[in-house]
Amino acid sequence: MRTNTSAREIRVQIDSRFEFLDLVQQMAEDVCRVEGFRRDAMLNVALAVREAVVNAIKHGNRQQEGKRVEVVFRLSPRKLVVAVRDQGAGFDPGTLGDPLDPRNIFRANGRGIFFMKSFVDDVVFQRLGRGGMEVRMEKRVGKGRSGRHSTGGARVREGGEVG
Amino acid sequence: MKTKVRNIGKVSVLDLTGKITIGEGDVILREEVNKLLETDRKSILLNLDNVTYMDSAGIGELVACFKRSAEAGARLKLLNPSGRVSDLLSLTRLQQVFEIFSDEKEALVSF
Repeated sequence: MRTNTSAREIRVQIDSRFEFLDLVQQMAEDVCRVEGFRRDAMLNVALAVREAVVNAIKHGNRQQEGKRVEVVFRLSPRKLVVAVRDQGAGFDPGTLGDPLDPRNIFRANGRGIFFMKSFVDDVVFQRLGRGGMEVRMEKRVGKGRSGRHSTGGARVREGGEVG
Repeated sequence: MKTKVRNIGKVSVLDLTGKITIGEGDVILREEVNKLLETDRKSILLNLDNVTYMDSAGIGELVACFKRSAEAGARLKLLNPSGRVSDLLSLTRLQQVFEIFSDEKEALVSF
C-alpha cells in the first residue's frame, strides 16, 4: 500500500482473490470514519466499494489471480472519490437488467451495480486505454456528514476511454 | 458462516451465524439448503437473527434458495433479518417476495 498524505490519496493493489474483499472493505470504512462520515454512510460506501471490487475480480479479471485490482481513495474537503480498476477485457454494465423489475427480481445476480448506484452519489464506468475497466464512485462529503441519507440518487455514465 | 439445523415437526429451521458474502457464506447457504431439499424437507425457515452482514452475492443466494425450494415443491421463509440485512431486503424489494417473520413460533405455524 502506498499512502500519499499531501495528495490525500490512498492506493492499494490486490490479487484477484475474494479473500481480500474484507480487507478493502475495512479500509473503505476506515477512510470514511477519518472523513467524518456518519455510520450509515460509512457502511454504504464500504459496501459500494466491496461490490465494485467483486465486479473487478469476477467480471473484469475473471478471477485470474495474476491480474490485479487497484483501489484508489481520493479525499478532498467536498467529496470522496473511489476508483476501482481491473486488468480484464472489460464488461458492459449496460447489459444488466434493473433488479427491481419484476421480470428480474428472481435473478440471483445483478444487484452489485445496483448497490453501488444506491449507496454513492455518482458512478461512472470507463474503459481504460491500457486495458481494463475503471469504476469511479463519488460520495459528496456533505451528504455523508449531514443528517440526510442518500440512496438511489446515483447517475451512471458509461464514459469513454481514458488513459 | 456457521449453520445449525433444528427440525421442529415438519419445519427445518436453519440457524445461520456470521456473514453471507461472496465465496464464503453464500456457498455454505447453498449447500445447506440443497441438503435439506435432497432429504425431502419441504418447509424451511432461514433464521437470519445472527447474520451480521450480507452483500449482493448473499442476497442473490437467498433468492436462488427461494427459487430452488419452490422448484422442489418446498417453501422457504425468513426469520428475523436484522438491521443491515433487513435494509438490503427492503432496498431490493425482496421483502415483497419472501414471507418474513419476527417470531419463530408464528413462523413455524405458518407452514
